[in-house]
Formats: sequence, C-alpha cells, structure tokens
Amino acid sequence: MARKASKITSEMVAEHGLSESEYEIILDRLGREPNLNELGIFSVMWSEHCSYKSSRRHLAKFLTKGKRVIQGPGENAGVIDIDDGDAIIFKMESHNHPSYIEPYQGAATGVGGIMRDVFTMGARPIALMNALRFGEPAHPKTRSLVSGVVAGIGGYGNCVGVPTVGGETNFHKGYNGNILVNAMCVGLARTDNVFYSAAKGVGNPIFYVGSKTGRDGIHGATMASAEFDDDSDEKRPTVQVGDPFTEKLLIEACLELMATDAIIAIQDMGAAGLTSSSIEMADKGGVGIQLNLDHVPQREPDMTPYEMMLSESQERMLMVIEPGKEQLAFDIFEKWELDVAHIGKTTDTGRLVLKHQGKKVCDIPISPLADDAPNYDRPHIKTEPRPVLLAKNVHETQDYNDALLRIMTSPNIASKRWIWEQYDRHVMADTVDSSQSGGDAAIVRIHNSNKAVAITTDCTPRYVEADPYEGGKQCVVETWRNLTCVGADPIAITDCLNFGNPERPEIMGQFVGAIDGMNEACRALDYPVVSGNVSLYNETNGQAIPPTPAVGGVGLIPDLHHFTTLAGANEGDTLVLIGETTGWLGSSIYLSEVLSREDGAPPPVDLAVEKLNGDYVRKLIRSRRVTAVHDLSDGGLAVTACEMAFGSGLGVALSAPLNGERHGWLFGEDQGRYLLAVDKNSVNPVLATAKAKGISAQVVGTVGGDRITAAGAFDVSLANLKSANEAWMPTLMSGDS
Amino acid sequence: MQTAVIRFPASNCDRDAAVALEKLTGRKPLIVWHRETELPAGVGFVVMPGGFSYGDYLRSGAIASRSPIVQDIKAKSERGLAVAGFCNGFQILTEAGMLPGALMRNKNLKFVCRPERLKIETTDSRFTSKYEKNSEVIFPVAHHDGNYFADKDVINRLEKEGRILFRYAENPNGSVNDIAGIVNEGGNVFGMMPHPERAIDPLHGGTDGINLFKSILETL
Repeated sequence: MARKASKITSEMVAEHGLSESEYEIILDRLGREPNLNELGIFSVMWSEHCSYKSSRRHLAKFLTKGKRVIQGPGENAGVIDIDDGDAIIFKMESHNHPSYIEPYQGAATGVGGIMRDVFTMGARPIALMNALRFGEPAHPKTRSLVSGVVAGIGGYGNCVGVPTVGGETNFHKGYNGNILVNAMCVGLARTDNVFYSAAKGVGNPIFYVGSKTGRDGIHGATMASAEFDDDSDEKRPTVQVGDPFTEKLLIEACLELMATDAIIAIQDMGAAGLTSSSIEMADKGGVGIQLNLDHVPQREPDMTPYEMMLSESQERMLMVIEPGKEQLAFDIFEKWELDVAHIGKTTDTGRLVLKHQGKKVCDIPISPLADDAPNYDRPHIKTEPRPVLLAKNVHETQDYNDALLRIMTSPNIASKRWIWEQYDRHVMADTVDSSQSGGDAAIVRIHNSNKAVAITTDCTPRYVEADPYEGGKQCVVETWRNLTCVGADPIAITDCLNFGNPERPEIMGQFVGAIDGMNEACRALDYPVVSGNVSLYNETNGQAIPPTPAVGGVGLIPDLHHFTTLAGANEGDTLVLIGETTGWLGSSIYLSEVLSREDGAPPPVDLAVEKLNGDYVRKLIRSRRVTAVHDLSDGGLAVTACEMAFGSGLGVALSAPLNGERHGWLFGEDQGRYLLAVDKNSVNPVLATAKAKGISAQVVGTVGGDRITAAGAFDVSLANLKSANEAWMPTLMSGDS
Repeated sequence: MQTAVIRFPASNCDRDAAVALEKLTGRKPLIVWHRETELPAGVGFVVMPGGFSYGDYLRSGAIASRSPIVQDIKAKSERGLAVAGFCNGFQILTEAGMLPGALMRNKNLKFVCRPERLKIETTDSRFTSKYEKNSEVIFPVAHHDGNYFADKDVINRLEKEGRILFRYAENPNGSVNDIAGIVNEGGNVFGMMPHPERAIDPLHGGTDGINLFKSILETL
C-alpha cells in the first residue's frame, strides 16, 4: 500500500461522515481494513449526495416511463423524444450548500455541473433555468447572497453562451441559514446519437479530458450531506472554482468527438469527481477499472491519490474510447487546447484498482460501492393537517388599493428584472420568449425548425409546508399549467427535492408526503419524472428550510404558428376565467402580505379538473381563439390580471365578484384556473364549448385603457403599479430600503 | 458574395452571425478558425462574432486580438476589406487597433441584457445606408464590458467625421457620448456592442438588424 499504511481509527471513520454500522459493512465487504484512499472512496460514494441512501426507496415510486421517454432517471440526465429524430435532454440540480458558503462560485459551478450532465449525453445545451430561494430581504446576508448567486449564474452561463431564459426567485425567512440554488439545463440531441455512461468491453482505453485536477472541492459531496452550524464559513475551501471558458471548449470538443464513433461511454466528473465517475461507469457496464494516477493531469505537484480521487475540480470528463480511435481523441482535444490523458483501461475484474508511483493504492470491489450502498427506510411522521380557512372568516381589507400595492410589491410577486437583466437570454438566437415577458414558461425554438420547447420551473414551498401531499401535487401541476399557458404539450419533468435533515421523522414525513403527492400528479397527467436530484440536510443549527421540491417541466410546441404568452391581449378583448373560484385564502399571498399570517390549509388540487381545463385551454390556443393566457397562482385573479396588463401594456377592468366574498374572489388561490384574453367575437363559442365539456368558464372583465380596476375594490394606474412592481428589487439591492 | 465568421475559443455568437449572413446572402459563410494565418481567397466581408474569447481573461478581446488570423484581417482591412465586430468582436477590433478607443466595464459593474433603443446617427455610411434618416432601431445588448471610452481628441474626431453610426437612446453602460457603434477612417471597419445579428427574425428580437447587413452587403 502507499507510503505508510495508516491505521483507520473510529475518529477517521466519523470525520468521513460514515456511521459505525456503515463502516462494519465496509469491513465485511473488503474482508480487511480499508486504507485511507479506500475509506475516502467509500465515504463519498456512500454520502447522501451520491448514494441517495435516505431517498432511494421513495424515489422508486415515481412514474418514470411514458411514450416520449427515451431515458428516465439513472443516467446523467433524462431524455425525451420531440419528434423528427430530435431529443431533449434535461435535468435540474441543486448547489445549495456551496452557494451559501461562497455564492459566486457555488452558483457558477452549479450551472457548469448541470450543463456537463446534459452535454455528456450528446446534447448541445440550448437553455438554462434556475430556481432560487433566499432568506428574508432584510436579513443581513441576503443582499450579498443574491448579488453573488446572480453574478455567478450569469458569469458562467453568459460566457459559455447558453441563454438563461427563465426561473423563479422566492424570499422567506425559512431560508435565512440555507439558501437554495437549483439550476436546470435543457439540451438538444439527435435520438440516434445519445451517449450513456456504461463502460463496456475489456482493455478499452480510459481518457481523462478537460481541466487539470487540483486540491479544490475535496469532500464537497460529504459537505453537501451534512447540516450547517455556526462554523460553516470555514467550509469555504470545499467549494470548487469554475472556469466557464474551459467549459465552453469542453462542450465544443466533446460534441466534435461525439460526431465520430470514437466514444463508448462518457461521464462527467461532478460530485466526488474521479471516484464517482469511474465507479458509476464501471458499475453500470459491469466491468472493472484500472487507473494509473500518475497520468492524471495535475494542477499542483505532490498530490496524493486521496486528493486526486476526491477532488471536485470542475470541467473534467472521463471517457471510454473505442480502441484504435485514441489519436482522433487526442487530436480533437489538443485542437481545443484542453488537457487530455490516457489514464487507464477497463478490466474484467469487477474491481477498482488504482496505481500511483508504481504501487497499488486501492483495490476494492465495485458492486458494494454502488449497488450495496446503504438504503435506509427512515422513520417518517405525517405532517399534521391544518384547518381549512373560509374566506368569510378571514379579515377583508378596507383599502383594496393598498392591499393590491402591497401584494404587487411583495418579495415573491415583485418583478425580478434586476436578476434576469444580468443573464444573456438571447444568445443562440432561438429564444422566442423568456423572463423578459414575465410569462409562464420560456419558449426556445429548436434551431432551424418551426417547433419549440417550453420550459418552466415551479414550487410553492408554503403549500408544501402546510400540506406536503397537496403541495407536492401542486408543484407538478403548476409546471404542467405553465406549459399549457403557452400552448405546449407538457411532456416530462425533472425535480430538485430540497429538504432538511432526513434523520428527523417530521422532515422525512414532509419528504415522503411531497413525493407521494408529486407522483400522484405525474400519474394523473401522464407526466413522468425523467431526472432530478435530492438535497437533504438543508438545516442550520437544527432549523430546517421549508420543504421545497422544485419542479422543472418541459413541453413541446409542435408549431410556432400557434402559441401564446401573457402579453398578447388587445384593446377590447374580453377576460374569461377558466376554473372554479371558491375564494381559497389558506396559505395565500393575501394572508401573508396583507394580514401577516401564514396559516390555513393550502388549496387542494383536483387532478381530473386540472387535466380537463388545461386540455381545453391548449385547444383554444391552437385554434387561435385566445390572444393571451396566464394561469392563476400566487395572489389569485388580481395578480394574474395585473401581470397580464404589465405584459400587454393595456389596462384591465375586472367585474364584481360572481360568487363569494370579494377578497376571496380577487386574491383566492384556487387551483386549476386560467385567465384568457379572448376577442369579443370568440367569447360565445369559448363559453359554449366549455359548458358542453363541463368546464367552468366565466366572463370576468375586459382589456383596455391605462388603469387596473376591480369593481368595488381597486382602481390604480397601470403605469404606477408597474413601476412600483419593478422598483422593489432595485431598491432592495441598493440598500436604500 | 462570400462572407466569413471568425471562430475564437469561446466565441459564442458565431452561429448567430452565420445564420444572419446565410439568411441575407443565401450562402453559408466560411467559419475560419483563429489559428489560420490567412483568410480564404474571395472573402469580401468578415464578422468578428460576440462571445467571451479566451474567457475574457486579461481584458475582453485582448488575447484574441493577437491571434494569427486577426493579423491577416487587419492587414487586409487596411486595403479595404469590410469587417464588422459585434460585442466581443467590437472589443477585439479595438484591442487590435482597428478601431479607436476601448470598452471598459459597464458603469454599474453588472452584466446587462436587454433590448436597447438606438438612434441612427447617419445613413451616410456603408453600414447604415439602408436605414431611414433619424430613425431608431432596437437591437439587444448583452455585455459586461460595453462602456466605450476614448480620449477627447478621438471623440471629437469621431463626432466631426460622422463616424459614430449608432447612439444609445438610454445609455445602458456609461459609454461616452452614448456611443454604441463606430467606423474606422476608411468606413470599412465597423464595431458595435449591441447585437444586430440577434435582430433578424420576428420571433426573436425583431428584424431591425436586417438593414445593417443589407447596407454593407450591397457595397461589396
């Protein structure tokens, strides 16, 4: 063994984040004590981040198959078929812990990592999205975290040249000690040229390409699998540093090599770097791997095998190359001025063997590292249901103008222009709609075609906290509804499940409840999960984040002659509300922003009604019966109408409530609803067909003028409300608030 | 007309520029790798695309301006070759000394991406002849280092000689005299921070950029 074989003590086991029982399994599988390298390798492979040991059995419940699914969870990213031989490859991933410790680099490398997951599979990245959660605006760390994260996301995506087309940003005190940075990447490939990670054959060369390996990010995966405490800032050295320039070269070089038939398997080096990439490739292919670490390109001298195997240096890939094609690979990577090295070969031993300076420094069987990783059924307690709040029992504001202004300038509703103006939304010249319009989903055209993908991310953590099951359903359904709003057929989702410490039964209860709700929605809507990740231990000093299962949805617009945004309304159009309104104010924005309350059961989701209503709206879009569509979500009808007015630049006049209390009618958050702008000549057919289908459809107002009004409630200037809505974030960030 | 787009490591608007040129000439432009030492014969118009050549390390455009191909383009431009640089391409042209001045970090220090209203300052140029006099266009901007600066004498000369072709209506980056795009003395080398190549398609950023390409292509 290398140098002095150091004896493994129980302190060393604990420092590696392994429990005693997990260490017992290692001893059993090896039949001997591991050396330090081997211990390090087991520790990262069995970390929560890499092994999903608390979540695996629950994730297995998800619907993962569908008629357009080419590859579900288990690969670097999910793959769906969008016709004509085109495939969309996409995934969302968290980079929460590093972004809190070092916001710029944490967020930047989150973007870099998710792009690698996508181009590893043969896709050119065509769009980025992000779902961000920060602490309360007044918290002393919030502004610096926001600036750092936004600059990091922009700095990376802008440089690589992939448009950042949308996302969502929430603020809540529940994230004061743990922000969430979830990045999503969508790529385009050909269905017959998708690359997978399973190594094949014996004696095939293993190539390392990309950046050199340094001492950064060692044990990042382990860090991401633990709670924070007051000393978390000291973990800064575990955060990696990104280089988008190298990433851009790596994309071009990999795609160039992928156009040949030289690659047998390919895997990016993400969390746990060389360790997890080599083990996952070997495990999936049922082969062994032997690496000579002397050949690994190194940034600094005297790196130990332990450091090389656990480094999370960015912008690196591992490939199994077709024998005889080595020179081709060398030529392409050298053209792009990237490091490239032949560092090992596949074997038939089923073992991971590492050599360093002529000595064997690791020799362990691969299957226990991956397949036999711990798989816990952690105890879970169902979240106590909250009582339903009836609108008639909720205080009605006496000043609707003030209530509307408060809501439109509240942290979660206010315009995020300050953020998205720092992202290049147009590079690649196929962005049809982006954050710029404030719409429900981004629309990105498939290059050289007349079809497009629609992309959205969503989650309403306050609903999930109030009722994980209904909240979980709602997260999935809202993405489905957002895709519907632009006229897309929703196809599949990716998810980023952000929760607290799974060893606490109430947190595990949130996790299980949310998954069950999400899964129910996926099944009802035939809307499978094709990729995702889990981020647990988002806690500081025992305080967990609100449960946040962020969902990224992708849909297809088959013909760009038929799509809508929220901005298309014309003067004189009629506003039609699809879906029933009971005036649900539990867990609503009205409650939190006007009454400073966060109680009550969240709105229930009726999946059959969702499907019926959504399918009808999509049909109306395709038959050009509507000029603008926006779904009702945070803040209800009033907020939806305002956002539609901001988009078109035309005022709206909402009529008096057709049923129930005025505040419930205007601000209630009943699900399954859409606001449509309809040319007045189309109103009757739209209502009649809805009636025939058993869909609730009501005329609720008109488009026109320069004011936003609701009969008997508010009457405000569109221009003033819009500038207040846009001023909130710049004011916050300038520190003048 | 044969056109060419130069590809540097981490150019990222090379495809956008190629799409625009193909759309307006009916012929695919040549994509020329930065290590080439000579432009292929017959190229009449060269686009230096946007992006982050060499990661913007050292200074935006500084390393790319030392590429072998840029030396050849510079020499040929002195004999009249038409060249346009957009965004990073403009930065490369200033770093190469083919256009005066420099692009500094945006005044508010942040990257900015938005549709920008631009005033056409003159239609008496090879790059703007197809526009209406005194009209405005909208091109997207997307840059971190777009704050144009040159000393007073240079600015006075640019103003006096009518070499400022586009000015920002609402200056997004702090550029002196709201300058968005300029030409060299010969009128054959043009640079601007906004992206006309992203404004040639009604579904993506409008079509205001088309006349810029038509203007220069007509003169070749």
